[in-house]
This record gives sequence, C-alpha cells and structure tokens, in this order.
Amino acid sequence: MAAVDFEHRVAFNPMSEAEASRVIGVAKRRDFLFAILGVFVLVLSMGMLTALIVDLLVDGLARIDYDFLTSFPSRRPAQAGILSAWVGTSLVMLTTALIAIPLGIMAGIYLEEYAPRNWVTDIIEINVSNLAGVPSIIYGLLALGLFVYTLGLGRTVLTAGLVLALLILPVVIVATREAVRSIPLIIREGAYGMGADKWQVIWHYILPAARPGILTGAIVGLSRAIGETAPVLTIGALTFIAFLPPSPVQPEFPFLNFDWLTSPFTVMPIQMFNWISRPQEAFHINAAATGLVLIAMTLTMNAVAIWIRYRLRSQARS
Amino acid sequence: MKKFFLTASAASIALAASIAHSSAQDVPTVLVDGSSTVFPISEAMAEEFQNEQAGAIRVTVGSSGTGGGFKKFCRGETDVTGASRPITNEEKELCAQNNVEFIEMPIAIDALANIIHPSNEFASCMTVEQLKMLWEPEAQGKITKWNQLDPSWPDATIGLFGAGTDSGTYDYFTFAITGKEHSSRGDYTATEDDNITIQGVSGDENAIGYLGLAYLTENADKVKAVGVKQENGECVLPSVETAVDASYQPLTRPIFWYISKGAADTKPHVDKFVEFAFTPETQQALVGEVGYVPLPAEAANKALDKFEKRTLGSAFDGGSKLGVTIDELVSAAGSN
Repeated sequence: MAAVDFEHRVAFNPMSEAEASRVIGVAKRRDFLFAILGVFVLVLSMGMLTALIVDLLVDGLARIDYDFLTSFPSRRPAQAGILSAWVGTSLVMLTTALIAIPLGIMAGIYLEEYAPRNWVTDIIEINVSNLAGVPSIIYGLLALGLFVYTLGLGRTVLTAGLVLALLILPVVIVATREAVRSIPLIIREGAYGMGADKWQVIWHYILPAARPGILTGAIVGLSRAIGETAPVLTIGALTFIAFLPPSPVQPEFPFLNFDWLTSPFTVMPIQMFNWISRPQEAFHINAAATGLVLIAMTLTMNAVAIWIRYRLRSQARS
Repeated sequence: MKKFFLTASAASIALAASIAHSSAQDVPTVLVDGSSTVFPISEAMAEEFQNEQAGAIRVTVGSSGTGGGFKKFCRGETDVTGASRPITNEEKELCAQNNVEFIEMPIAIDALANIIHPSNEFASCMTVEQLKMLWEPEAQGKITKWNQLDPSWPDATIGLFGAGTDSGTYDYFTFAITGKEHSSRGDYTATEDDNITIQGVSGDENAIGYLGLAYLTENADKVKAVGVKQENGECVLPSVETAVDASYQPLTRPIFWYISKGAADTKPHVDKFVEFAFTPETQQALVGEVGYVPLPAEAANKALDKFEKRTLGSAFDGGSKLGVTIDELVSAAGSN
C-alpha cells in the first residue's frame, strides 16, 4: 500500500510543465465543446421559435386589418374578426391582474417577513411551490365546482379572472419572495437604525426596492395566463359571441360600471382553436392572424412592464 | 389590524356577490352550446338570426363538445345543445332528474368519408367488411399491409389516420364499421382535428383515414375519397347528393340539436330562433354554406311541425342506430 501511495506522489506531484499544459489543454477543449453545445441548443430553440413566428407572419400578417380587429366572428372567414375575443381577453387579464398581483405580493411579503418558522408555514410553502406545477385544467375544474356552481358567479369574466388569478398566484408569490430576499440587509438595518418600525421598513424600503423583481414575476404570470385555453373553456367561455360586455366607464355617476364582470365572454386562444380546426383554409389564416395579435398583446404587456421597471430603477437611483 | 383585514375581506366578498347578482342582461339571449362538429351550423344560424333581428335578440354559442354540452343542457343552463350523436341513457336520466324535457331534431346530415392519397388507384372502392377487417380491435398489429385486405393490392404498409376517442366521429365510425361503439384498433394516428388527418394522408401514398365530409370537400385537391360498396353491389362515393338520398351507407349520419321544451315554451326568443333554423330556406342557405348537407325541404317542414307540436323524447335507445331515415327523425308522432 505504502509503495503505491509513494508511486502516485512521484507521478503527479509536483506536475511537470508538459503535464500541466496538457491538463489545461483538456480543460480548455471541454470548455470549448460545452460552449459549442450551448450555442447549438440556443440556435436550435431560437430557430424553432423564429420559424413558428415567421410561419404565423407569412400566413396571418396580411389578414390583420382594421376590419379584422373590429368585427365579430362570422361563418364567412373573410368577414370574421376578433373583436369579442380581444376585448374578452383584455377584460379577463385586467381582472386577473387586479386580483393576483395584490394578493400575491401580500402573501409573498407575509411568508417572507411575518410568518413564523414552523410546520404550518412549511406546509404553506410546499403547497405554493407545488401549485405552480399543477396542470391548468385542474384549476378549471376547481373553478367550475367552486365559483360557477357553489358560489354562483356564473360563466363570466369575473370567474375567468378568478381562475387565471389562482393559476398565476404561485408565480407572483415566489417572485415576490425572491425579490424581497435579494434586498441587501444593509437597507433593512439602516432603516431600523433610523427608528422605523417593521411596517415602515417594508412599505418605504423593501417594497420599492423589490418592485422590479415583483413586476417581472407578475408579467411572467400574466403572459402565461393570456395564452391559457383549458381552464377558461372548462368554466364555460363561449366560442361565438357577437356583442361586447357593457363598457367599464359610463358618462353618468359613478362613472365606473362593473356589469362587464358578469358578462359572458370569449378569449383569443378559444377563437384561435376554433378556427384552426375548421375545414376551410381561410379560417386557418384567420387563426394565424389571431395568433399574431395574441403575441403582439403579450409583447405589449412585457414592454409596458419593462418601461415601468426602467422608470422605477431610474427613480431609485436619483 | 386583524379586524381591519377581516372587515375588508368581508366587504370585498359582499361586493363580489352583489356584482354577481346585479347582472343586467336586458337583451333576450338564446344560449346554445354543444358539439364542435355542429358548431359551424349553430354559429351560422346565430349570426344570421342576430342580423335578421337587428340586435333585438342575442345568440351565444359555446363549443363544449357533445358530452359537455349535454351536461350543461340537462342542468337547464342552455336552451339548445348541438350533438354529433344521439343522447345517451345516462344523459337522459340527468335531464329527467332536473326536469329538463327535450325535443330531438336533426339539424343537418353529415357523412364520414374514408380518404386515401390521390395517387392510390387500387383502393378506390372498399367493402364494409374490408373496412371492418382494417379497423376492428383484432386488427391491431396484425393487419398492417394492403395485400392482407385484398391479395391483388400491393405489399405496402398501411398508414392509418382517424378520429380521437373523444369525438362523435369516432363514436359513429366505430359503430357503423366495426359494429360496436368505441371498438377500434388503437395503433393509428388519432386526432381531434381532422386537418391533421388530411395532412397525414396527403403525405403518405399508402395511408387511409376517415373524417367528416366538409373536410373532404375543402381538400379535394389533396386527398381522394374511397367509395363504399353498397349491398346492391354499387360503389358509392361520399357526397352531398349521396348523403341526402341516403345511398351512401352506412357512414351517413344525422347530427342533432336538442331543444329544451321549457325554454321553448317560456322564452319566445328561443322559439323564434329554432323556427328560423328549420325554415327550409335557412337550411338550404346556411347549412350548405358551412359544409354540411341541409335537410330536404319536406323534412325541414316536418321538423318544424315536430317542434311546434313539442314532440318529446329520443328516437334512439341511448346509442347510434344504422339506417335511420331523416323522415323517422322528424316525425311529429315521436317514437317512444
């Protein structure tokens, strides 16, 4: 045994110059191979994404015009439009955002700042992370039983907003917690040192500093929600609807009108799904055009978030 | 602090509830749902009826599938539901439990077509026995080459494309060809979207598949229909004409609207909408336009009569039946 150890020591330690450059060479080659693999994966996935979007553009771009955006669905593909679909999607997303973002932030702050470290909190945490992985159709079934049948909210914009809010709540909670956790301790201690109490620290220091991260989480969640079909279909979104929900604003007092929450509705993914499975080629083109508008809506949402984040950052710096 | 949150959440729940019940849908609305196969017809009817009424009556159409549609219909949530197969016994029971009485009406005729690649010359006519041999569960893994169906056909592997197991197309095809609903081989490309079947068959010279007539008509340049040999020895191709005169058997089928008697009695707008849909002129103009076969004028008039007399019940015993004529379905006397 001792002889073997001795031999090893002689062979590897200290390393000769030639030996060292060989080892470095191997490591560099591995580095290079990994970089190539990374680039390959990147090109492949981005290429596929680009191909899909280009395919949509080729098929659908020419179909998008003013009439397409301002017409109701029709049996004639050339006259059909997505007015009820994009209005429905916008209203549902508004409801979802208004419910999920405040609730998610509050839950995230509670879990990160207030919750005692015990088994109840552990169970909540495990459940939150597991909920993020539950298939969306399950949320749809839950909403059908709870919101539609038990609470009697009906097959409405409100129900759709609630179910999509539940769906993205874990994403918002996790993002809030990550953002809060990443704030340097020094900010916290500084504030406490100035005599601020816990709520003042959270409200005036933690939340503003965490806003960019929270916003990113909210947008990731909303981008997921905007493309969801299964839960919305399960709670009973319509496919053909040729009227709009009542307007949220009205000329008379109190100027805001919440009747749209109880209106029947349809959303863009459902309209797309319906058209793509029709026999007529012209409907497939409509579906591609709808897909483009949906992508545009998602990108707009992202752009708004990036802009807000940018403004918040420059505010925070000054 | 705790008290504040409790009050706030109670208030928001109360607000939500009051919103939910203050719904002011003043315009009378006909609620239609059901099969995605029937959807294009229901959509066309809804669109045209709304135009005609100039906004006085609204129609909404969902697309929950035949089964999903019946679930809502039998809870009394919808006025009309489309179905690509007759109502099952369980669904009848559900309707009875909720005191929903229904009128069964064929809204149009559909045919299922077997399709092959345009360059396929040998399989232009097949017998029901050959189709059964090909699609029955026993064929799984065994019948894989064309020459197993007919020795004069080539020794080439068959590419199989068909309907997904949730669709009414699957229900009816398996029933008509293998003799038993839901009895089919499983080793084929199954899809709920008939466009995939078109793609598959048009890309494989040795493929065969089945789908609704409308998809064949729209893709006549990409695929070719297989004629089905009838009992009199004639080979009949699927088409609007052969579906109307019922010479294309056994793959011609009625598709349905089920209308809630309660809704038709108490809501004049539902009554009006159904009458509109079965007027022979509407049938001719709209059903044909979306790719289905309209009811012949005489049958449409009889259907109107059946609806006016509110003839209840189903002509089927909870499953499909072969050789049911449209005349039987629209008979006001009812069958049970």
